Amino acid sequence: MAESPLTDSEEGFAKSAGKQLLIFAVVALFGITLLMMVLQSLASLVGSSTESAQAINHSNSSITIAIREEPPQLNTTVATDVSSGMIIGHVMEGLLRMGDNDQLEPAVAHTWKVTDTHAHFWLRENAKWSDGKPITAHDFIFGWQTALSPEVASEYAFLLFHIKNGRAINEGKLPPSALAVRAPNDFELIVELERPVAFFDKMVTFPTYMPVAEEFFKATAGKFGSDSWELLYSGPYVISHWVHGSSLLLEKNPHYWDKDRIRLEKINIAYITSDATATLNFFKDGKIAYTSLLAENLDSALEERWHIKQHQDGAVFFLEFNHRDTHITRNYNLRRAMQLVLNMEELVYKVTKMPGYSPGESLFPKFLMGVHDNFRKEYPAPKLTLDRDQARKHLQRAKLELQLEEIPPIMMLTGDNPISNIQSEWVQASLKRHLGLDVKIDKQIFKQRLAKMTAGEFDLVLAGWGPDYDDPLTFGDLFASWNLNNRGRYASPVMDDLIDQVQNSVDPVMRMAIFNKIQRLIFDDVVILPMYERGVTYVVNPDLKGMKRRVIGPDVDFTNAYIVQTGAGR
Amino acid sequence: MPTSCRLGLAGSRVVIRASDQRNNSQANIRKGMGRYAFKRIIQGIITVWFIATATFFGMHEVPGDPLSGEKALTEKIRENLEIKYGLNQPVIVQYGIFLKNLAKADLGISFTQENRRVNDIIAEHFPVSATLGILAIIFAGLGGILWGALTALYRNRLPDTIIMFLVILGISVPSFVVAALGQLSLVNMNDWTGISILPVGGWGTVWHMIVPSMVLGLSTMAYLTRLMRSSMLEIVNSDFVRTAKSKGVPASQIFTRHQLRNAVLPVITVLGPSIAAITTGGFVVEIIFAIPGLGRYFVQAVQQLDYTVIMGTTVFYGAFLVFMVILVDLVYSLIDPRVRLE
Repeated sequence: MAESPLTDSEEGFAKSAGKQLLIFAVVALFGITLLMMVLQSLASLVGSSTESAQAINHSNSSITIAIREEPPQLNTTVATDVSSGMIIGHVMEGLLRMGDNDQLEPAVAHTWKVTDTHAHFWLRENAKWSDGKPITAHDFIFGWQTALSPEVASEYAFLLFHIKNGRAINEGKLPPSALAVRAPNDFELIVELERPVAFFDKMVTFPTYMPVAEEFFKATAGKFGSDSWELLYSGPYVISHWVHGSSLLLEKNPHYWDKDRIRLEKINIAYITSDATATLNFFKDGKIAYTSLLAENLDSALEERWHIKQHQDGAVFFLEFNHRDTHITRNYNLRRAMQLVLNMEELVYKVTKMPGYSPGESLFPKFLMGVHDNFRKEYPAPKLTLDRDQARKHLQRAKLELQLEEIPPIMMLTGDNPISNIQSEWVQASLKRHLGLDVKIDKQIFKQRLAKMTAGEFDLVLAGWGPDYDDPLTFGDLFASWNLNNRGRYASPVMDDLIDQVQNSVDPVMRMAIFNKIQRLIFDDVVILPMYERGVTYVVNPDLKGMKRRVIGPDVDFTNAYIVQTGAGR
Repeated sequence: MPTSCRLGLAGSRVVIRASDQRNNSQANIRKGMGRYAFKRIIQGIITVWFIATATFFGMHEVPGDPLSGEKALTEKIRENLEIKYGLNQPVIVQYGIFLKNLAKADLGISFTQENRRVNDIIAEHFPVSATLGILAIIFAGLGGILWGALTALYRNRLPDTIIMFLVILGISVPSFVVAALGQLSLVNMNDWTGISILPVGGWGTVWHMIVPSMVLGLSTMAYLTRLMRSSMLEIVNSDFVRTAKSKGVPASQIFTRHQLRNAVLPVITVLGPSIAAITTGGFVVEIIFAIPGLGRYFVQAVQQLDYTVIMGTTVFYGAFLVFMVILVDLVYSLIDPRVRLE
């Protein structure tokens, strides 16, 4: 004790002070506990009901899941995004629906007929809204007219342009009442088509084509779809509880006409978070029934020996060239040179190494259907043989044509996420290594990247496209000179002519042959360089069966899911 | 002659007079405080207005288009959307409309969460962030005082070394790491024991709050511990403590009345801004623990250029911060009678 810095009296002081600190700590702990009890009662007002939630509840046939983001809104006339689409797919049903085998099934309509000029639907009389009132043909007409109204400004209004006068109404040239849709009686709907549409019956499965009850819509006074009570449901589930940013509870709709088909009583969306590690933790803890995996948490999923599933979401990513006159990428030989050296297999398998991704070969992704089989099986993508020597010859020609000694640095616009970073650096390195081209990377966040794409401030851009509807045309018309999404402004009379032909044809054989010509043209003229088709990997609790992943329509789809007792737990 | 010093407290003028002014009547103090509070509130309103104006014009200068999405808009639809959100007017007119609506406390409709009023978003999600923040600040404040006092008491001995090491760790490790680690250890804990001890995420009961609020308060707690330690050490060697000791005041009284009470003042000073920082800075914790707080709307709005939500949350948080600073200054004078507000 001789070396202790404290004297005897100080020792005593420290002891007494220590005792007081201890009392302080105990009081503090007690205070916190008391406070938490108060908070508990307050928080129950805004909380989610996650306390007793388990991934799978066998006794009452319910599941708990997490979603990435709050559905921005559930107003079917304007919803465009995936997270809203997923919820809408569970609580709304239109004239027809997509079955588990991706075939059309009758829904509110029990029979239908599509001709070159008309589509005719016969509605079932026992289809009801969640308030028990019947769903009538007038509800569809009102929903479509609303979506087309210029003041609603629906981004997906163009999906309704197949109906006669649809475009004119959306442009404000005709009143909504001019829409060429008739209801001879409450349960019959006759649609006049603007021109022959080979896939109109598939279109009516879309949120934009859902019915809207006029009386209810008007009663919401502009808040339609923003809360669980601001919606009327036509589908298998109703939203019984929606705490924004926190949770949604879907419960079986007692008025749904086909309710015997639905086996899950409740779908409890208890967590909303975009953090993939967090959802993986929820899954590990037995709190949610399925989760997506990303590259960074794939390893830990493998360690757990889970059964990992894969799915491609139908989105195609590509390098888009700027075809405007002021950009060097308008030169065919320059584009061709790049095409001949960029090895997309290397990108997918060695660089990004994301599970479920496949190298891009075509603008048309693999899931699209042709006449009898997948389009890409009937019409394989043109085969690219990489050839560096040939590429250099094209580059020489490009320099001559552009009258340039050296190609100036190429501006490549890209997003600011980790995957885009790796990809753009790979493109940069590859073009330097093989062709000696300099690439400058212009990294921008989402909105800024879009603004620059629209303004044409790029030579190359990492772009992507996901399908809006189930027909190759959703990709096929992308590079029409009139298409606003053709941000590189590719303009070719041949392309426009092909698209015009395919839009005016209903013969599947002929249409697929034309799509193949488009596929060929995109390759031959190097309109874009397809990079990859995106994949998603995920794990599902083994006790949950029948969960459906979709490319188009609600993804994930639990409407045909059911619970089994495997005893495997999670 | 009174010696006075100014504490730079966000524009406040707090004067500590060394000489005692006992002859000031209670009524006078209250009157002075009322006048002071009024003055500060006016200053606060000007500050908030300045924040709102700077944000408004800054936001409109950010390149990018709030209406753009993955799919291109036709001219007609874009026009209609602009009318819906009032973007068809010149920026200065929009600013005027914004101010007018702000005076009526109407923050408009969100661009991304369509049909939802920004007022509703704040009203629904701020209580969550505030609950989390208050708990975190309580953890941080009580913990900081406790650990700080302890380290000062055991200066240069083992408890001091250990706690100070943890403090450095707490200050330097970013919250997203702490949050992820905290969550992972919860998962493992539940896994080993086979029962759900604490929920891994979500919101609703007290059990959901414990770990996130501790994670959120950790770095503040570490900071306060250091502050408390140094302020304690300063006071241990001060004249009045020595006087008290020599007068023979019992050790327990010296510690609580003289040391703790005086040492805690600087801690309270930083508590105000800390409360605002914690209640607004929970973005990462909210995402990882899937908590429906306002923080994520605040951050996402900026990324998505959701003008109305950016303005609404900024003004709200700005006002909140200013209010907290004023409140702390007022509380300060209550705790330390030597402090007079001018």
